[in-house]
Amino acid sequence: MADGIRINLISRERMDGMSPDEKIHFILSEVMGGKVLVLEEGLSPVEEAELMQRTMASIDHDTFIGIEIQGYYNPNDLRAPFLRRVFQRRTPPRMTVIGPAAHLKTIYKDGEVIQALILTDKPYIEGKEIWKPPAVQPTKA
Amino acid sequence: MHRAEVVGYTPEPVAVRDLDEREGTPFFSRISVRSWLRRLFRRKNIKIGIYGPPNAGKTTLANRIAMDWAGEVVGSVSDIPHETRKTKVKRNISIRYGKRSLSMDIIDTPGVATKIDFHEFVDTYGMSEEESRQRAREATEGVIEAIKWLDQIDGILLAMDVSEDPFTQVNITILGNLEARKLPILIIANKVDKPGTDPAVIKNAFPQHTTVPVSALTGYNMERLYESMVRHFR
Repeated sequence: MADGIRINLISRERMDGMSPDEKIHFILSEVMGGKVLVLEEGLSPVEEAELMQRTMASIDHDTFIGIEIQGYYNPNDLRAPFLRRVFQRRTPPRMTVIGPAAHLKTIYKDGEVIQALILTDKPYIEGKEIWKPPAVQPTKA
Repeated sequence: MHRAEVVGYTPEPVAVRDLDEREGTPFFSRISVRSWLRRLFRRKNIKIGIYGPPNAGKTTLANRIAMDWAGEVVGSVSDIPHETRKTKVKRNISIRYGKRSLSMDIIDTPGVATKIDFHEFVDTYGMSEEESRQRAREATEGVIEAIKWLDQIDGILLAMDVSEDPFTQVNITILGNLEARKLPILIIANKVDKPGTDPAVIKNAFPQHTTVPVSALTGYNMERLYESMVRHFR
């Protein structure tokens, strides 16, 4: 089986079953393990800020330089029905892609499209191994 | 994006009222309990945080405001990202616009980022590896500190460089956090002195917020910013 970067598409149901703390732990451990995650439903802004803090605390400058994260802007909808605004029902966060910053680069983003590049040919920086692609395990039929 | 707005832009002071898309929204959807209590008890100083990605001109903006109203600077500025790595607070700045005034503490925060690579300082800015590692280490601590400050501020100036893509996740995360807390936000479309830039790009990206185009470096349109601050944060 050829080596490569694993992309995991994570369903809303999978994330819904986790506490905010578990979500961040899950994302960070997967991304630090070299995986790119595509979340069907992204994190809340508060969770994203927490993820950024924990990412900074996890950077060691030689093996992990941080994350690349991109999702769509999901503002308070001022045109939403009155009752939803009163009860603070926000529309859920939208699809989000998260990966190791050394291997995932956003090349274009606007309000409707995110284009990213997965770098597979640069597993080393300055001669130091920053991430070794794991051997992909064969899945059972 | 409306092409007419882009083509028609001229670098003249933009009427703040024209940019305030929230004018027509119901009162109760624009005011939080926190700001209502603040108004009721007239707390003396409010805390205004200056946030944004690295190199958006946050400290230049803080220096401009502090120089205009207190005759002092807040911190040093540099073209190298992450020059501000510790939050700086300038207390007791009072700005006036007409008969109204605003007393505040300015919180100049380190640039918020999701990645920090010390090699960038070595390769792009010619710093030594030791210096670069130290800068990167301090920058990561600065990001954590900046995010923690979000719990303590009463309003925010979100600085964006008009020559950069506004749809960064840092901008989106900061805006989302402030919207969730119902804190007042002013988006600063900074560096309009750069040739070929267009603040309408930022306005169109976040149309539900007030955008004020300025050049903190040259002082362009700062009067409009002060008017907006007094109206938004008072």
